Amino acid sequence: MSQEREMITGIDVPIYLQYKFTAGTAPARFLSQVKKGVLTGQRCPGCGNVYCPPRGSCAACGLPTEEEVVLSDKATVQSFTIVAIPIPNNPIQPPYIIANLVPDGSNLSFIHLMSECVNEEVHIGQRVQALWKSEEEWDYAMDNIRYFKPIDEADVPVERIGHMPVTGWED
Amino acid sequence: MKKIAIVAYNQSDCVSWAGATNEVELIMPVLRRVFDQVGLNNAQDVDFVCSGSCDYLQGAAFAFVAGVDALGAVPPIKESHVEMDAAWALYESILKIRMGHADSALIYGFGKSSPGELPIVLSQQLDPYYLAPQWVDSISLAAMQARLMLDQGLITERDMADVVARSRGNAKTNPHAQLSGDVSVEELLAQETYVSPLRKSDCPPVSDGASAVIICTVEKAREWGVPYAIISGIDHRIESHNLAMRDLTDSVSTRKAAEAAGVGAGSIDVAELYAPFSHQEIILTRTLGLTDKTLVNPSGGVLAGNLMMASGLSRIGEVFNRIASGEAQRGVAHATSGPCLQHNLVTVLESA
Repeated sequence: MSQEREMITGIDVPIYLQYKFTAGTAPARFLSQVKKGVLTGQRCPGCGNVYCPPRGSCAACGLPTEEEVVLSDKATVQSFTIVAIPIPNNPIQPPYIIANLVPDGSNLSFIHLMSECVNEEVHIGQRVQALWKSEEEWDYAMDNIRYFKPIDEADVPVERIGHMPVTGWED
Repeated sequence: MKKIAIVAYNQSDCVSWAGATNEVELIMPVLRRVFDQVGLNNAQDVDFVCSGSCDYLQGAAFAFVAGVDALGAVPPIKESHVEMDAAWALYESILKIRMGHADSALIYGFGKSSPGELPIVLSQQLDPYYLAPQWVDSISLAAMQARLMLDQGLITERDMADVVARSRGNAKTNPHAQLSGDVSVEELLAQETYVSPLRKSDCPPVSDGASAVIICTVEKAREWGVPYAIISGIDHRIESHNLAMRDLTDSVSTRKAAEAAGVGAGSIDVAELYAPFSHQEIILTRTLGLTDKTLVNPSGGVLAGNLMMASGLSRIGEVFNRIASGEAQRGVAHATSGPCLQHNLVTVLESA
């Protein structure tokens, strides 16, 4: 009679927990504006920095950011990478660009996609603008902006990235 | 050994649903108030920060990281976190100060329990092979504990209702309480059972909110020139995760922690006990040997508002408030974690 037992290497214990998740008061205000096709930020009452997207606080000062600021959908490339692997369930084909973009009127970057560009020519300081989905597709989501594409404007010098007014180069 | 003091405490209102508010939005107002109590700008003005929270509550991975956005952590600060009640974050902070790595610390805890089904969520803290897959919820386990006590004649349902009536009555003076008011033992006993033998009133409400405390060396407290209470003892003990191994009618871990913290070294004017269920307050009162001379849960305790991951810290803060105001000379704060009072922390506070 064999005393050998099958080695147990794992058991299935599926966990299902249901939550009514909320994003936060500040993100909810931001997403409500994005649904209308408007990018907004929130200004810190301490250091004056404008955050987009806002999370409700200035992480540098630890202060609530309650003043809402309307931003431009023009932005400057702060950094970027060329990605050679596909995004699961996303029609965008590699190689594509993920970039840190600072919208005009904001001081900190957010991450979004770039397209309609020559990947090898993308550079820090490059000017881009949002390409929005058609209005009837707008939801409470950042992908209301399909991607950002280069525009024919002068590059922003590195020291001015993150300090462009909401009027961009027109100011 | 350096003497350590509490110099500030604040807690948000206990609310059944904090709406869209996220972690950082829950924490910021509470931190502002403790900073203002001492006259500090932000976390740059303390040497160490430690928080307590549990991502399972709101169902968001690494939710605790978002809490750091409330601190003003630029330039970088010394920061730590426990996936426990923030009373244990206070314990870690005390060790940090005793080791000479800090003279002051900010401790905060927060819980947004409303997004999930809290008793079910808590079932997932049980042993993962036998109990968690059965989804044994926290209320059912407490109900079995109460049944043991009733059956052995250690308590009556009237004793339990008595605890609830006193909690609700005391909570009338606590502006942050969720449940308060005059309710008679007879009214409570007339309610039907919820998870027998527990009535809904024997169980804590589900609450959202946060609390915060600032501690420091006595030298630092004098430098800041604020009222303070001295932490004269603190200890915590844990019992087996195997519920069958434990005497659920007693709290051996609380007793041992209390002995090590020096609870018996003097009279106790006030005690704040983290007893989520009415019968557990009776266990703790007996274990700690509290008599009529001790005011128990003058805040109403957690039956009046139960901030998961913050209410243990709040118990310490509530005792501090009474010592700082001169109402009490010496007090005991108790925090708990796990099913049926599995893990217990006891803190002794004394006037300066």
